Amino acid sequence: MSNDPILVQGGNLALRRDYADHAADTLRDLRRSGDAVDFEVEHHHDVASTIQLGFWIYLMSDCLLFSGLFATYALLNSHTAGGPAGSQLFDLPNVLIETMFLLFSSFTCGLATLAMNADRRNATVGWLAVTFLLGLGFISIEVREFAHLVAIGAGPDRSAFLSSFFTLVATHGLHVTCGLIFMAVMMVAVLKKGLTPTNRARLVNLSLFWHFLDIIWVGVFSLVYLFGVAR
Amino acid sequence: MKRNLWSRFRRFLPLPATLLLAGCHMALLDPAGPIGAAERSVLFTATGLMLLVVVPVIVLAIVIPWRYRASNTKAEYQPEWSHSNKIEAVMWSIPIAIVTVLAVICWRTSHELDPFRPIPSTHKPVRIEAVAMDWKWLFIYPGHNIATVNEIALPVGVPVVFHITSATVMNSFFIPRLGSQIYAMAKMQTADNLVASVPGTYRGISANFSGGGFSGMTFKVKAMSESDYQQWLAKVGSSTRKLDAKEYLALDKPSSNVPVTYYGHVNPDLFGQILMGKLAAGRAEVLAANTVTSGAKTGALRRD
Amino acid sequence: MFGKLTLSAIPYTNPIIMGGVAFMVICALVILGAITYFGKWKYLWTEWLTSVDHKKIGIMYLILATIMLLRGFADAIMMRAQQALAYGSNMGYLPPGHFDQVFSAHGTIMIFFMAMPFIIGLMNCILPLQLGARDVAFPLMNNLSFWLTAAGAVLVNLSLAVGNFSHAGWLGFAPLSELHYSPGVGVDYWIWALQISGIGTTLTGVNFIATILKMRAPGMTLMRMPIFAWASLCTNILIVAAFPLLTVTLGLLTMDRYLGMHFFTNSLGGDPMMYINLIWIWGHPEVYILMLPVFGVYSEVVPTFSGKRLFGYASMVYATMAIALLSLIVWLHHFFTMGNGANVNTFFGITTMIIAVPTGVKIFNWLLTMYRGRVRFETPMLWTIGFLITFTIGGMSGVLLAEPPADFVLHNSLFLVAHFHNVIIGGVVFGVFAGITYWAPKIFGFRLNERLGRAAFWCWFIGFYVAFMPLYALGLMGATRRMDHYDVAAWQPLFIIAAVGAAIIFAGVILQVAQVVVSIRQREQTRDLTGDPWNGRTLEWSIPSPAPAYNFARIPVVRERDAFWDMKQRGVDLKSSTFVPIHMPRNKAAGFIVASFAFVVAFALIWHIWWLAIGGLAGVIGTLIRHAFDDDRDYHLGADEVRRVEGLHGRVQARSV
Repeated sequence: MSNDPILVQGGNLALRRDYADHAADTLRDLRRSGDAVDFEVEHHHDVASTIQLGFWIYLMSDCLLFSGLFATYALLNSHTAGGPAGSQLFDLPNVLIETMFLLFSSFTCGLATLAMNADRRNATVGWLAVTFLLGLGFISIEVREFAHLVAIGAGPDRSAFLSSFFTLVATHGLHVTCGLIFMAVMMVAVLKKGLTPTNRARLVNLSLFWHFLDIIWVGVFSLVYLFGVAR
Repeated sequence: MKRNLWSRFRRFLPLPATLLLAGCHMALLDPAGPIGAAERSVLFTATGLMLLVVVPVIVLAIVIPWRYRASNTKAEYQPEWSHSNKIEAVMWSIPIAIVTVLAVICWRTSHELDPFRPIPSTHKPVRIEAVAMDWKWLFIYPGHNIATVNEIALPVGVPVVFHITSATVMNSFFIPRLGSQIYAMAKMQTADNLVASVPGTYRGISANFSGGGFSGMTFKVKAMSESDYQQWLAKVGSSTRKLDAKEYLALDKPSSNVPVTYYGHVNPDLFGQILMGKLAAGRAEVLAANTVTSGAKTGALRRD
Repeated sequence: MFGKLTLSAIPYTNPIIMGGVAFMVICALVILGAITYFGKWKYLWTEWLTSVDHKKIGIMYLILATIMLLRGFADAIMMRAQQALAYGSNMGYLPPGHFDQVFSAHGTIMIFFMAMPFIIGLMNCILPLQLGARDVAFPLMNNLSFWLTAAGAVLVNLSLAVGNFSHAGWLGFAPLSELHYSPGVGVDYWIWALQISGIGTTLTGVNFIATILKMRAPGMTLMRMPIFAWASLCTNILIVAAFPLLTVTLGLLTMDRYLGMHFFTNSLGGDPMMYINLIWIWGHPEVYILMLPVFGVYSEVVPTFSGKRLFGYASMVYATMAIALLSLIVWLHHFFTMGNGANVNTFFGITTMIIAVPTGVKIFNWLLTMYRGRVRFETPMLWTIGFLITFTIGGMSGVLLAEPPADFVLHNSLFLVAHFHNVIIGGVVFGVFAGITYWAPKIFGFRLNERLGRAAFWCWFIGFYVAFMPLYALGLMGATRRMDHYDVAAWQPLFIIAAVGAAIIFAGVILQVAQVVVSIRQREQTRDLTGDPWNGRTLEWSIPSPAPAYNFARIPVVRERDAFWDMKQRGVDLKSSTFVPIHMPRNKAAGFIVASFAFVVAFALIWHIWWLAIGGLAGVIGTLIRHAFDDDRDYHLGADEVRRVEGLHGRVQARSV
């Protein structure tokens, strides 16, 4: 029975969803009738919503990770140790372009989700590809900025301020890179298998993740760059 | 047989007495100054207050299960009884009451006994600068331009303000019989206000682990009369050793259980320079000393 | 090619270390040999190492914790022996560089690789059963969490044989742990062992929160959950809230050590005080991450063995939540002596004391639960009463340390060491033993030997007092912690008494090992055929022992707090006549493989073998991607199979029609 082709092909989510609906019905009947029922033969939980809850909890813990880095940066950003301060280093127009790349990618990521909800497979993949390219653009601008700073002697080992700057921004960049890998995998998966329930659930998580990184970046942009230049 | 057991047991009777005797050496319960004494009284008051509830709890933790043991079928049995607003109100209010009192004590004594707070006195306080090094203490008497390693002298009854920093990792400056310890941190200055009211020689330690030679990082505190203190200052001042930059770098090399050393002259700005991190040279030696290779496991660290 | 790794990294000239290594290698060889001899490799791989069954993962956690308890205990004995000897001209048998590694390893192992796996192991074994769930929310992630923890534990042990371990204490305070002062690989071993296992623990937190919030049986509202489940919920929320901070702190220290950054250095603007703050912002919640679940264990044991409902369930729940919340705002009490100023010290002193209120309430709750009950003195209850007495004393010394002026003289002293052993041994360790003895029938299918269990309890209980009361006294005598040598004659007798205490506890440990062996050999006599050996109250006792792979053939509908007690009161028939296929997750190797690659990455980074680190990372990512395309993740256990298994436990009703 474990090799039941319908089971494997349909993907586990669809199957579990059926059970979840069934269980909800049972429970509703039970409440209505008020009968003394001591057991349910089947009680399946909504797997997709559990996965999403789990992903949310993960995002919250990731958010705390960033809050640690933000706090560190807030504390160390005046510790320039005779080295350059943010106002001497940050190239605001450049960062603004970088920010636009990411914000726009969040928008196209939203379009991919809409396409998914409309069951348009190719459009989904297409918007994901656009999102991917924009994300790649963001990363390359960031890498260029880092290379420039290191080249002019403002690398992460110059001062505590620069250490915290590089670490905060690069941790975000690393997350974006992971997001890009996730996205590439999802594009292949959708092309290969279509918009299966499993793929849909993952796409929802991917878009959550991507928007989350956007929000973090807004924090980075305001706290690090805007405040840094304003100081 | 019983007699035999008793005679064996009797041999151990002096043991509690030995422990009591050891109690006489309880540095924290036998303070030699008002700060330590005030801290001891916090210790006693708080313990006393808590014992009010801790002793009954411990007694109940033994009595209740015994009273209601399964074999005691005469005891009352109420398997479903699990709630009582009255009892729960009492249950919450007892610890709240005790903690409230403790919190008031906390507020008051934390402010009174803040190590940074100068001790009110008719005497002008003695200023001593203390530097934690790998693994010894350097003391500078700025008014007298003298310095010592691992020994200080204080006049009895006169407040002393220690200005403390570290030339290395974190340490904690602590003279148990005088009270309050405080961290010694590089490029940071902390202060500790203490006063000795009883003459004597006391142990000083670092109370924060700082590496291989940590256990040997002790110093002597000599509390003495004003005239003895003046003599001691003169004795140190007469030393021909000078703590100049070169000597400092030599001292900065890791060493442990360092014998008491007197410096008759010291650069008056030395403490400030250490504080600014200007003298942080000679780090290669620290590096070598703390390198814990497989060889170090066999004990190459202690070099005294 | 091999970075810093050379043959000289193996300390083959040191007889103490080589003795330990030889012992470990021999043990490993015996075990591997036995597996090969009995041809159990395939069974081990398919049924255990790749298992996604929370009960088996739980047992693996318990085994890991037990092994690490023995390792950490060996370190404790070494320290006690050193301090009993090293007075005056006698330098003891351990040089400082080695002694420092021993106490660092002891703390690291006991918290991360003994206490945590025990706690998480118990949660794994019991939590889904108490909730009436068939599994955890993310079974494969659960397997991955375990193997990440195990990888960390292997790293710690490996440091004994290859290179060395950190000498900077279990929390690796900067700047001592910075490259400048600790250039060896020891601190790197410490960092990566904690980092890997910490990520595993965070995943566990995510997993269990989702499990508790989403997978409860119908009718089990939050306020009907067993207290152990409540405690687990609070603990896992704390894990998710606190462990990211550990990840950050270790990450920043890594940046300092590997890329020359200046977060916590003494130079170029670094701020070591920030390290102390960050590590304790994680570290204090960690204390309650360990403590809350065992509070939950006691809250299960006391009602069961008193034959009575838990007194003040709601109080208990609110107290647990209050402790969890308060634990996030007390971290500064670990360093009142940093010179934070009186106002800051007062704030953190008072928040710390407030924790004593909900904790005190819990103690009253347990006492009142026994009051007018029928108390049975079986081993779990002995541990519980031992806990009530010991923990109360530990709590008192804790509140004492929360008074900043008292802390000014007691900070970092052996009084502090006595205090936290008082709460961790008297609280966590006793609670874990109570929990294991209590749930052993459900986990293994048979009871543990009662006589040896009692004997072990008395050794631990008496040994604890003999070992740690002298440390309280030593603290009051001005003895600080972490000394490899001292020069005060009056201290030595007390250190010797403490060493005797450690020996008594050691006897307890030996008795426990014997207890396990004897219990396994006599398992047929103590087998639990009813599924409910203690007259239990919660759902885990409603199913056969050991719990079948699917846990519940039918999902119980919950109407009351003590759900199973309620079912028994109403005379609900546990036998069933109809069975349906049960949906099950399939065992997968991905967790094991990812953790193995993570181990390779960590080892390569410790020794600066960059190509290997990159290769390992590619392995991690590649395995995850491959797994993403694996659709064969679940199957249905047939109704006939369920009927057969239930039949073995006499749970099948003859068909009436």
